[in-house]
Amino acid sequence: MRRRSGIEEFWHLLKQNRLALTGLAIFLLFFFIALIGLVQTTGTNPTFDPAMVRLQEKLLPPLSRPNLETLRPEEVPRLGVYLFGTDDLGRDVFARMLQGAWVSLTVGFVAVGISVLIGIFMGGIAGYFRQNHVRVDHILFLIVLHSGVVLLLLWVRPLWAALVGGAVWGFIFSFCWKKVWKRCQLSGWLNILRKEAISIDTLIMRFVDIMLCFPSFFLILTVVALLPASMYNIMIVIGLTSWMGATRFVRAEFLSLREQDFVTAARALGVNHWRIIFRHMIPNAMAPVLVSATIGIATAILTEAGLSFLGFGVPPPHATWGSILSDGKRFIFDAPWLTFAPGFAILIVVLSFNLFGEGLRDILNPKLRERY
Amino acid sequence: MNSSNKIVLRVEGLKKYFPVRRGFLQKVIGWIQAVDGVDFDIEEGKTLGLVGESGCGKSTASRLILKLLEPDEGKIIFRGRDISRFSQSQMKPLRKEMQIIFQDPYGSLNPRMTTGESIEEGLRTLGVKGRAERKARVENLLKMVGISARGADRYPHEFSGGQRQRIGIARALSVEPSLIICDEPVSALDVSIQAQIINLLKDLQARLGLSYLFIAHDLNVVGYISDTVAVMYLGHIMEYAPADELYDNPLHPYTLALLSAVPVPEPDHRRELKTLSGDVPSPLDPPPGCRFQGRCPLVEDRCRKGEVGFYHASDNHRVRCWKVLGR
Repeated sequence: MRRRSGIEEFWHLLKQNRLALTGLAIFLLFFFIALIGLVQTTGTNPTFDPAMVRLQEKLLPPLSRPNLETLRPEEVPRLGVYLFGTDDLGRDVFARMLQGAWVSLTVGFVAVGISVLIGIFMGGIAGYFRQNHVRVDHILFLIVLHSGVVLLLLWVRPLWAALVGGAVWGFIFSFCWKKVWKRCQLSGWLNILRKEAISIDTLIMRFVDIMLCFPSFFLILTVVALLPASMYNIMIVIGLTSWMGATRFVRAEFLSLREQDFVTAARALGVNHWRIIFRHMIPNAMAPVLVSATIGIATAILTEAGLSFLGFGVPPPHATWGSILSDGKRFIFDAPWLTFAPGFAILIVVLSFNLFGEGLRDILNPKLRERY
Repeated sequence: MNSSNKIVLRVEGLKKYFPVRRGFLQKVIGWIQAVDGVDFDIEEGKTLGLVGESGCGKSTASRLILKLLEPDEGKIIFRGRDISRFSQSQMKPLRKEMQIIFQDPYGSLNPRMTTGESIEEGLRTLGVKGRAERKARVENLLKMVGISARGADRYPHEFSGGQRQRIGIARALSVEPSLIICDEPVSALDVSIQAQIINLLKDLQARLGLSYLFIAHDLNVVGYISDTVAVMYLGHIMEYAPADELYDNPLHPYTLALLSAVPVPEPDHRRELKTLSGDVPSPLDPPPGCRFQGRCPLVEDRCRKGEVGFYHASDNHRVRCWKVLGR
């Protein structure tokens, strides 16, 4: 019998896993709706106007019809009905949900993507190199390299120029490190720079502890206050402040994996470190990370909501699911649909991604595949 | 020892102590003397059996030889070069020369890689370019260890323990090594499978001229495959002799006890069991004198004092015991 190729095999297994397939379908549906919302709620005369204020129509329950006598023709909602009701300013919640879908989904996924990538990288290094020591000059090198890149990112606009500048800076600095610093002889007290200071594991995990000590919300607030408020800055900042959990998960997995015989065998074969980390260890360490990532998406959406609530998020009147939710909190007894609509939307996205994540975990695990 | 044979690996005075740390400040409270001055030679195309109870330092010794652990003292001379102080990058070209087969066939293969991919890892480091070329070599290697070529696309969990052990052997062979360290390769297998694997190893040795360091705790198995046997106890080698000599004329009380515990396939056979009392003592800061003093039936006062050296019972039979020469 012919073996299926990787993608065919993946699709075949996904089709058998009903829950995962449902999760993926719902998630794609939401993504599609978000795209529609992106197009249909912007422009001068959008199909669904999320910013249209109709004070006489405020706090109407879902599916109620607009009072045509008090509204001007252009104020009447396009569907002829308030699908999810109206909020305290008489704005159509359905239109606001549509507008917020794109921001909320991308904030959730990009932020979690960033945090998981950083987590895998940091946790992987900490768990794999563990007791290897770094020298004082290594730490100084990293600090100077990174502060250079961060300063460029803060001060140089547009963004691409800063990124190019960062790359050039990194290249020049690494070159100097390799060709100049490593070859020069140090005399006397300067030798302290070459002293082995601390193990890589301790360095990274104590840094994680330090990051966990900050109340992360206030850390985000500080950074957001310094940066111009935009959707992308918020995604990046949320990602950069929530990688600690993933780091700990990955490190814990790596600590147990590195003692396994197949890793020893790879080392004995002379496979290089990065290949061992990426080909042998990360695929075996992904399961708990995927699960925590699915939960992280909900947290990221809600963090964005909190930021919007305090005025640091996506600037109003642009709606996000989070801001609809936190605005609606005040009317939770009079107009529960204001909290329920975005709440359910977040719930369904998280749930569908969770189902898909679990299915993905099973599909990627060869042990749970059936023989054929 | 017969000097006409080329020595592949010579180990001299190999030592590895692990620190034991306790408390808040991680203060070192003692040292585990896992391997404490071990010497042996492995000749080209021959097998050295290393026998001992669990925890006696056999596996640590194998990791030291492969430089997966850094030795504290001693020399590891591989084909005339002392590699004991080699850095990891210096070891890189030598990695192809020495390979290892593990005890646990379930943990020794990456569960997320097909067997073909696992074996290819070795071919990659060997520098075999081209997907088709590697695939052909993988199939060849699988055939060599008695697994059908279709097995290359399967995952480890689809194989039985014995088959996985064969795949582990194929992976070790992928870099064309001259020395293979077999770290208890049959201890986790059924007896019938054990025989198959042992015969496969012997067959490969005859065909490819491999040298083995064969680690085991089963004297029957070791006796069958080895040319020379070293008996290890708590980081020391207790007796070192050609296999026939060791089985016919065991001298060290520990070897005697081990041999008396080997089952004999004759129902009428009655023998005197020299059962040892107690467990292997902790290798954490052992007392001076002979390592075996706590369990030895022949222990005397002098065993508890100075270090016991090697005594030559004959030209190639060394024993770490006073009693050898009837003194």
